[in-house]
Parts: sequence; structure tokens; C-alpha cells
Amino acid sequence: MEVFIVSLLNGLVYGMLLFMLASGLTLILSMMGVLNFAHASAYMLGAYFAYTISQYIGFWPALVIAPLLCGLVGAAIEMWGLRRVHRNGHIAELLFTFGLALIIEKVVQMSWGLLPVPYRVPELLDFPLFKIYGTQFPAYRAFMLAISALMFGAIWLGLTRTRVGLVIQAALTHPDMASALGHNVPRIFTLVFAAGTALAGLAGVIGGNYQVTEPAMAFTMGPIVFVVVVFGGLGSLSGCFIASILMGLIQTFAVVFDVSLADLLAKFGFVVTSTTPFAEVLNVTLPRVGALLPFLMLVLILVFRPRGLMGTRDT
Amino acid sequence: MLQGKWFSALFGIVLGIAGGHALAQGTIKVAYTDPLSGPFAQVGDANLKQMQYIIDYINAKGGALGKKFELVPFDNKSQPSDALIALKSATDQNMPFIMQCSGSNIAAALIDGVNKHNDRNPDNRIIYLNCGAVATELTNEQCSFWHFRFDLHVGMKAEVMVRALPKDVTKVYLINQDYLFGQSVQREVKTYLTKLRPDVQVVGDELIPLGKVKDFSPYLTKIKASGAQALLTGNWGPDMNLLIKAGVDAGADLRYYTFYAHLAGGPTAIGVGGENRVLAVMSFGENVAPEIGNKEAEEFTKGFREKHKFDFSAAGFRTIFEYLQAAVNKAGSVDPTKIATAMEDLQVKDFLGYDTKMRKEDHQIITEYFVGIFKKGVKYEAEGTGLGWATSATVLAKDVDQPNTCKMKRPTAS
Repeated sequence: MEVFIVSLLNGLVYGMLLFMLASGLTLILSMMGVLNFAHASAYMLGAYFAYTISQYIGFWPALVIAPLLCGLVGAAIEMWGLRRVHRNGHIAELLFTFGLALIIEKVVQMSWGLLPVPYRVPELLDFPLFKIYGTQFPAYRAFMLAISALMFGAIWLGLTRTRVGLVIQAALTHPDMASALGHNVPRIFTLVFAAGTALAGLAGVIGGNYQVTEPAMAFTMGPIVFVVVVFGGLGSLSGCFIASILMGLIQTFAVVFDVSLADLLAKFGFVVTSTTPFAEVLNVTLPRVGALLPFLMLVLILVFRPRGLMGTRDT
Repeated sequence: MLQGKWFSALFGIVLGIAGGHALAQGTIKVAYTDPLSGPFAQVGDANLKQMQYIIDYINAKGGALGKKFELVPFDNKSQPSDALIALKSATDQNMPFIMQCSGSNIAAALIDGVNKHNDRNPDNRIIYLNCGAVATELTNEQCSFWHFRFDLHVGMKAEVMVRALPKDVTKVYLINQDYLFGQSVQREVKTYLTKLRPDVQVVGDELIPLGKVKDFSPYLTKIKASGAQALLTGNWGPDMNLLIKAGVDAGADLRYYTFYAHLAGGPTAIGVGGENRVLAVMSFGENVAPEIGNKEAEEFTKGFREKHKFDFSAAGFRTIFEYLQAAVNKAGSVDPTKIATAMEDLQVKDFLGYDTKMRKEDHQIITEYFVGIFKKGVKYEAEGTGLGWATSATVLAKDVDQPNTCKMKRPTAS
């Protein structure tokens, strides 16, 4: 029971962090059809910007400034890069963002070095909030939960209750019609791209000190974010939310359950011995493959429900 | 100097006749392949800078046979296939040495590649200097005449780690990376626990996918639930940093016994929360020299610190080049077969003043080793954290001299 509660909390924190990253990507992907490979790079940039800013004026200003900087970078990429490449079709865009991700990684390596930087949790939040069954729950994690919940609320309100949000929604589903009605769709694209990048930056600001800020962080975060977006379904923020939480919980709980296929078979009276065919595979325990489960789920959902959990269009 | 020139000219002629090596260019080239890009780039980059520093020093001391050593880096992106491409380039350019440190899977591929190459090209052989791939198999089942390992293998490190466990620790938890090296650590640690500390109970034993876990808190929950007092891990890079960070965050009352916490990037990631909790089984720590009162060694490591932003941890690399220097001089030639033979049973005093030996039976170095604890109040702090590695135990070379099962195939004279 105690393990269950602690794991639930940890799964939620990780899931919410994933959601912050994935929500921006899902907006960009569903609206512009661009599978933005550089999205996780914005996450990394957010963490590094926040590190540098927090050295001079502290963590709290960094929490605001770093995402804004990332948003500016995103806007610049969209206006001067993507928009030109857009004319040459989706493959060109894909390759463009892929190249961009590599360049950003190199730039980060050159400006901040290859080693992890000492980006730390602010002192104000560096204490255990409460103890459950002897395990501390750091206040910073609660703060992460709060920030991401706030952000989810803000996006949701913004998309459903404001005029800009309604236009974005219209452009999401019917870009040509929205354009025909006189809305400046390219500007909306820039706005969404910048906002998505800023969200990733924000995730970086609060995720960078929760994990470790280093040049490989984009590379390790990237694939899982794509899984979330595809799993949640195109054009659906709530699908993305559910998928993020699900992935967070799956990865957390997979670690806790020490079971293998062999144990499962034993329940049906089939005992696996070393002579059984595939005994090696059958004896692999869940924690050993826990980190791969999201990818398995990606494959399954693409086969059985290509539009994702709550998607409105086919991928 | 004049004599050196005369020597090299003579050897150039001799070897030129023998159809041999790139002596004419005047340097002894050492190909170095490790990840210099990608998620593990920090490891390769730190190694490269330390090696360059050491090579400059060895060259200033005269190199070998009046020639200077030259390091030629090749990025292998942590991929065995890319390491083999590096091997190909090195042999194409007649380099006598190839060096590789990180990744036992890559090392296994390199041993195989070097064996095949040397069999097929007796006039263009190459020696593989292993500076840190430590799976035990590499000098046992897979041992090769062309492979020399300059770091203790997992079995030896595991023994040092188990011996360092205090008496009051009776419950331990094992977490390792799911590949050749991690599995090797898992097996060896358990072997030595049974052998040396039968009172210790392994309450958890886990393999994690290499470089895939982003949040270790669930593991910590499990470790806490198991009642473990110490966590024993061979993890390196982000897998180790994130693990200890999660442990410190969860306020777990654990001691962490690691192989790699002292390497570049580790102290930064661990931070002050790791005080008196994190231990590293290490070949060297910056505080060893002042602790044993070796001024010269202290100056040498200080020199590195002044040039670079991170700490010097690679005493082992200096030993490598001292062995190369001694072996090349002893062989009187840059012919890999002669050097390999000269290296066997060679004994060198390392720069701290301890005895070391390159064991003939399996080409495994036997050297002293240290256990460091991460704490305050040391002379040289690590990476500006305010904490540093104080030596808590020193194990001499003769005490790590474990038996081996190598059946070495030596080349027939060509």
C-alpha cells in the first residue's frame, strides 16, 4: 500500500512533466502537421536558460524569463525557417526540425560544455513537504505538480474561452476554411509554435533541476514525448493529458511489479524451466523492460487505433 | 636530442626495410575511440582532455625512442560498428595502438576485430589498449594477446567494493545497467558477497535498461520498502547521476557504493545531499596525493585543474603511457608484436609510487585501488561542490591479484 501511494505520486509528477512537454508538441503537430523533432531541444534550452538566469537573478525570474526566451526562439524558427520550408512539403519540414535538433544540441554543448551543469532546486523549495511511510516527498515535486496543473488549466481556458483560442481550434480542424474567413492563419501558426516552444521551455525550467541538466537531456526525453502525442491522438489536448499521465504511471508502476511472463504462465499451471523454449524471454521481469513499455503501447495503438486515444483525425 | 634523432633515423631504415610502420612521420600514433558525441559524449570528452594532458607530460619527458606520442581521436558514438571503422582507419594509417575506454560491448567487438586484422595482416598489426572497459570476460574467456587492459576488471573492483562494506551493513540492494558490463557487475558483486560477507543479504537485485530511465524515484520507493542499508551499483553517466539524485531527494537513509560517482559530472549531479553517503571505487582521487604526501603527484594533478574546469581522475591513463614508454623503449622498436611481448610482465611504479604489473597470463594490469568517500573538509573539492573525495581505503596491487581463466594464443613468429 505504501509503495502504491508513493508510486502514484511519483507517476503523477512524471506524467505531468511529460504533459507540459507534449501539450506544446501536440498543438504544433495537429495544427501545422509538423512533427517537430526540435521540441525536446526547447525543453533543454529552457533548462539551460533557467540555469544561467538563476545564477544572476535567481530562480523565480528565470521561471518567467526562460520560457519567454524559448518562445522567442520558437517564433523565430517558425517565421524565418519553417515557413519557408513549409512550401516544400512535410518531409522537408521534418528534416528541417531534425537538423535543427542536432544543431541546438551542438550549440548547447559548445556554450555550456558537455558536463552536467549545477542547476539546483531553489532553496525556498528544497525541503521535504511530507513523509509517507518514511519516504520524503520533496516540496519541489508538489510545486511541479502545481505548475503543470495551472498550465493545463490556462491552456484549456485559453483554447475554449478566448477568441484566439476559438480561432486556433478552427484552424486546427479546418485551416483552409479559417483562412478563407479572413483569419491570418500564418500568424496563428507562429503564435502556436511560439507558445508550444515556450511550454516546452517551461517544462525544461522545472524539469532541469528535478532531473539533471546536461546536453543529452533532449535526446533522452524526445522519443517518449512523441509516444505521448501519438498515443493521445492528434488535435486532442485531453487525449494528450490522459496519455501523459498514463505513461508516467505505467513507467512508475512497471518498476514496482517484479513479475515476468513466466509468473503469469505459472498462474495457469504452466511452469517455465530453463529447457522451455524462449525461457530467457519469459523470465525477463517487468522492471527490466519498464522503460520500453510506452514504445510497445505506441506500436499497439498504431495497429489497432491509428488515430490515438482521443484523436479526431488519423495520424 | 641528437642521439634521439639518430635512433629514429636508424629505426626508420630498419622498419622501412621490414615494410613496417609509420615511423617516418616521427610520432607514435595512438588512435583513441570513444563517444565524442551523443548522450555519453561527456565521458569521451573528459577522457580525451586528460589523456592529452598526460601525453604532453610524457612527451616533455622525452616520449619513447626519442619520438613523441600523438593522440588521434575517433568518435564512435557508443556504437561497436563505429569503433570498428575507427580501427580500420587506424590500421590504414599504420598506427601501432588503438585505445578505447567506455563500453565493454564495444571492447568485445574491438578485441575480435583486432584479432582478425592481426591474423590477416602480420606486417601491419595493432595493439588494443583498453583504458576502461572492464567486463571480466575480456581478459578471461575472450582474452587476446593483442589486448591489454589498464583498469581493474569488474571482479577485482567488486571485491574492493565488497571489502569496503562496513560491518554494520547487512542488507544491500543491487542496481545495474542491462548490458554486458552491468550484468558482469551484478554477477561479480554477488559472488564476492557470498565469499567474503556471507552475513550480508541481497534484498533486491535489479537490471535497468541502459540510458532509458528518466525518473528513478520508483526504484527508490522499492529500495526503501526492501529495508536496504546500502545500494551497490555499477551504473555510470546519467544512469548513476539520476539514481543518486533521486535517492537524495527521497531522503533515503542509504549509502551508495559506486564504481563511477567520482568521474567528471558525477559530483555536480550528486551535490551536497550526497555528503558522507556516496562512495566510489576509484583508480585515483585528487586527494590521494596530499594524503600520502606525494608532492610531485599533487603538482601534476593541480596542473590539470588549473587548465580545465573539471577534476583529474585518470591516474590510470598516465600509467598506460608510462607502460607504453617503457615497453617501446624495451622493445627498441615500434613494432606492435615486439611491444606486446615487451609489455608482458612489465612492472612500472606508478606516479603515486605504488607497484603495478601487467600480468602475462591474461594481459590484465594489477594495480592499487582506492575507495573514496564524498565529504566536506578535503583539500581538493570536486567540481566546486564544496565536497570532495577522501580516501577511505587503499587496496594494494598484490591484494587484487585474482586468478584468471585465460588461455592466451600467442602469435607464431612471422
